[in-house]
Amino acid sequence: MIKKKAMLIDITLCVGCNACQDGCKSENKLAAGEEKRLSPSAYTALNEYNGVFVRRMCQHCDVPTCVSVCPVGAFTKLSEGPVLYDADKCIGCRYCMQACPFQVPRYEWSSTKPRVQKCKFCAPRITNGLQPACAEACPTGATKFGDRDELLREAYARINAEPDKYVHKIYGSDDVGGTSILYISSVPFEQLGFDTKLDKAPMPLLTWNALSKVPNVVTVGSVMLAGIWWITNRRTEVQRYEASQKQSTTTQTQDKQ
Amino acid sequence: MKSFSLPRITVWRVIAVVLIAAGTVAALARFTLGLGATTNLSDEFPWGLWIGFDFLGIGLAAAGFTIVAAVHLFHADRYEPIVRPAILTAFIGYLLVVLVLIIDLGRPEHFWHPLVMWNPHSVMFEITWCVILYTTVLSLEFASIVVERFKLHAPIRWIHNMSLPFMIAGVLLSTLHQSSFGSLYLIVPNRLHALWYSPLLPILFFISCIASGVSMVIFETLILSRNGRTLLAPELRANLAKIIAVTLGIYLVVRFQDMSSRGVLHEMMIVTYQSIAFYVEIVIGFVIPLALLMSRRVRYSRRGLFISTALVLIGFAANRMNTAVTGMEIWPSRTYFPSVLEILITLGIAAIGFSAFTLVARYLPIFETEQHDEGASAPSIYDVVTDTQMVSRPD
Repeated sequence: MIKKKAMLIDITLCVGCNACQDGCKSENKLAAGEEKRLSPSAYTALNEYNGVFVRRMCQHCDVPTCVSVCPVGAFTKLSEGPVLYDADKCIGCRYCMQACPFQVPRYEWSSTKPRVQKCKFCAPRITNGLQPACAEACPTGATKFGDRDELLREAYARINAEPDKYVHKIYGSDDVGGTSILYISSVPFEQLGFDTKLDKAPMPLLTWNALSKVPNVVTVGSVMLAGIWWITNRRTEVQRYEASQKQSTTTQTQDKQ
Repeated sequence: MKSFSLPRITVWRVIAVVLIAAGTVAALARFTLGLGATTNLSDEFPWGLWIGFDFLGIGLAAAGFTIVAAVHLFHADRYEPIVRPAILTAFIGYLLVVLVLIIDLGRPEHFWHPLVMWNPHSVMFEITWCVILYTTVLSLEFASIVVERFKLHAPIRWIHNMSLPFMIAGVLLSTLHQSSFGSLYLIVPNRLHALWYSPLLPILFFISCIASGVSMVIFETLILSRNGRTLLAPELRANLAKIIAVTLGIYLVVRFQDMSSRGVLHEMMIVTYQSIAFYVEIVIGFVIPLALLMSRRVRYSRRGLFISTALVLIGFAANRMNTAVTGMEIWPSRTYFPSVLEILITLGIAAIGFSAFTLVARYLPIFETEQHDEGASAPSIYDVVTDTQMVSRPD
């Protein structure tokens, strides 16, 4: 059984040095240069809120919305954690961008053959036992890579050790069913651009509730429609037959006279 | 047959030609320069005007399945005269939507991928399949009109024999994807404004498409029957108008009941950009036409019907655009207004639709069936089903 991997991002330890983005860019061979927002050439970016730095990136959800909404299955979830994208399948409907609860996927709008871009959780590295480039690059330990269970325990331990410093929440532990990226912070999450109102249940359940009814609609619907057709058709037949009978009897009586 | 003559130049034709030409140029720009340079779509707002247009095109085409169901499955024979206009509207509507989708997709050359790469968990996957299959059904239904025009008897018989399963399939496919357009938004409770987000979105989309689909057919026949011709008997129009009124009533009840049970009625009380859009949509598109259509005088008046169905169509458009755009906007971080090129492409495609409808209605037997009496009417694909059934004596 492969252990689920995760990254714990301790916002209190981040100094905003941008080493994570640099490491990411060189690992993924993206155009160099500091970027303040996620983009097709920045899989991670530091957002600043009054001197507090929050690292944005794909959350690699346990039950990813993008995997569920993609009509061609261009997204896959690896059991280690990474959510990966296959540009050769993608038709460019951008439903993933519309549906992602964290608004992470970025599109190559300027290209005539655009692809969706987002963090790959350095899947090739972590399947080879290495840590992601950003975690390796982080000089303060604000980003720590490891097994998800262990990192959750560590996050609890850090909060318990300094309960006055930390907000009593691990963002990502159970939001939208849990994510591979976990955040702890000393500033309330809603002040740092996090959506704290997201449901604890995975988002794909919302559409699955509707989609799972499709087979029923088809079977019940076709039987019902065929039944209604048969009944109404029969009624018309009977009416016409009775009308023709009446007509023939009247013509017969007319003949006799 | 009339001798061939040059088409007359009218204002509408000039407008249509200009719009189509401008739209074609804009579409060429979109394909050569990419989406980023030609549209106002962005990472924050990946779906815009074109998705709204898709909702409109499909919704206005809804008469295609409602009328076919009413006439050929439920044997409400008196609506027979509008079966063909409804099928034509639906067929054109779906082709336009396919056209817009091809322009909207980032990788249009991959459009066929959903056929071989399946993801049954995706609403988009279900919609794609339904649209493909239903467009096929519609093209068969439309083909029967074409083969009749050219008196090709063998294909008529061939199509007849399969008509019942096809009609049932068509109705089911429509039901599914009309509602699935609403399901698309079930997954964005965090992004779509509470005035539009609802777990009942699929049901609300389904109910409203019935009202708009029937309105569209009345609206078209009223426009096309201007020169003294009457394409639909006044009683028939009035009956259809009554159906619209009932549907609008049901819609309002479900919508407000749902809003109250979700506890979001208070959102209406705050004056925001969104609540104003909500009022415009509900009052203009649902409440006023409902009030108008409750009056018998309006239902029997051409002008009254014209205004009420136009309002239903505007309200329907507002509802879909609000769901796709207004409800997703957050001022000022996430806003969207279509670019000139997006608008030109959309108008061009709409002009193609209107031109196609008038052209086909002129050259194919779309509005003719009602002039024949029952026995003499040209056999439509559906008649034969009932005819063969008639042979067996009921016992």
